[in-house]
Amino acid sequence: MTRALSKHDPAKKWSGPTRPYDLIKEFVIALVVVAILAGGLAAVFSSPDDPALTLKSWSTADPADFVQTSVGELAGTTTSAGYGAPYNTAAEGQVLGPLKLQKWAGVRIPINPAKDFVISPLLILPDAAVKQAVNEWNVATADAQTKWATAYADALAKSPKSTSLDDAAGAYGPVPTITTALLNMAQTGALDGALTTSDTPLPTNFTKPMLFIADSGTYFPDLASAQHLSGDQWGVMNETGSWPGQSWLWLFSFFYQVEPFKSSENADTQVMSLLGLLTLLLMFLPLIPLLRRIPYRIPIHRLIWRDWYRRKKA
Amino acid sequence: MSKPKMWTTRVREATLEKYEPTDILPDTQPAYVASWIYVFGVATIACFVMLVATGLWLSFEGPAWWHTSSVGHYANSLHLWSVELFFVFMVVHLWGKFWMAAWRGKRTSTWVTGVIAFMASIITGFTGYLIQGNFDSQWIATQAKDGFNAMGIGAYFNPLNTGQAMLIHVALMPLVLGGIVVWHVILVRKRGVVPPIEAGADE
Repeated sequence: MTRALSKHDPAKKWSGPTRPYDLIKEFVIALVVVAILAGGLAAVFSSPDDPALTLKSWSTADPADFVQTSVGELAGTTTSAGYGAPYNTAAEGQVLGPLKLQKWAGVRIPINPAKDFVISPLLILPDAAVKQAVNEWNVATADAQTKWATAYADALAKSPKSTSLDDAAGAYGPVPTITTALLNMAQTGALDGALTTSDTPLPTNFTKPMLFIADSGTYFPDLASAQHLSGDQWGVMNETGSWPGQSWLWLFSFFYQVEPFKSSENADTQVMSLLGLLTLLLMFLPLIPLLRRIPYRIPIHRLIWRDWYRRKKA
Repeated sequence: MSKPKMWTTRVREATLEKYEPTDILPDTQPAYVASWIYVFGVATIACFVMLVATGLWLSFEGPAWWHTSSVGHYANSLHLWSVELFFVFMVVHLWGKFWMAAWRGKRTSTWVTGVIAFMASIITGFTGYLIQGNFDSQWIATQAKDGFNAMGIGAYFNPLNTGQAMLIHVALMPLVLGGIVVWHVILVRKRGVVPPIEAGADE
């Protein structure tokens, strides 16, 4: 028996001492214990369910932020407007050294924020003044559109609580009429429907309304920050309230907290690539000389197989 | 010249004829299989069964049900806590196997399939968080899109497309993960449980 203990080749079928082991019984007991544990935890701690944001709830709760964001879409200054692939060609996107990874697949989800989020939804409104304003916008040159929207955005920035400003100097063109109509439309809930059903009457794709909401200057990020969900709050692995989130993403979240990733313009590409590399290291750890020796150097296996080693010693 | 073997014959020889019934469902184990660490692998599979069961319950009732029904909310809570337990048990299992250097004795493929199962679980969990239909899922989707877009993956997997995430979570990933787990368990049964580290016989 001592010989079998010390000389066994781990690749060969075990021929040493055995013990009865009921795998099916072990599984059934594990299933019952897990069911009781999960059932108890669910009964005591429940689960979070903060209501989803809509364009209606955003425009009602913070109309000024909604209008400023809408003007930003027209001026081309929002995140979506300057995003790049896969939505548009406004930016190069993130790179990894010489690799322009963000651009490689091209524009596969075309989004024109000014047209898709602001102008097109207004076409369903019957209001003559709105139709005239939209028409004036559509026939204007790109320079004129940018000039109007930028001037209005600058004016709103000086009056951050306002949702509409008078245009005594005629510098804003049709922009105030357009954004006021969009605000009214959003507050009725009609804009949510217009954006989710613009491609198909069965809404399953929320790319347009969510990109619009994500462009929010303050409302959306402030709500997330209050729920400790921002990137600098380890938000990748957090959940609303005090519930555990995706804690298994802790390493992913960790890299966003430290330099050089924290302040990098290409943080996403760098962190995703690093995680990919670490995953490969974990996967092929048995083939990596130094790493595969760690369990030999730190003998925690002595604790796991303590009975076995005790008998071997005896 | 012998006749070429039928495909059916080849599959039978490569699978069923390679194993004795006692290899697949043994009623004994080597004497060294005597530690609580061995429980965590089977506990992870038990959690997976719980996740499939509660996931089916949620699927049959529809994605809006758990927001409007207290029974539905409890079903969602069961699903959530099952996934939390699933990952706790899986990570303990993984660390246990690391400290046991469980890849020894031609068991590298067992380790690799375990890591693939871990990664598939992360994708499954992530798509599950995307389809909650609440504020958390919206925030996760808007943040995650930047990571996927930065790598060029967002052009094909769009976290803001809830329908896509739902189909991947409900229809694809349970099959993928289930298949990997079955493969992993077959490899464990094929090679047996790795013996204790013994000087001179491990390399």
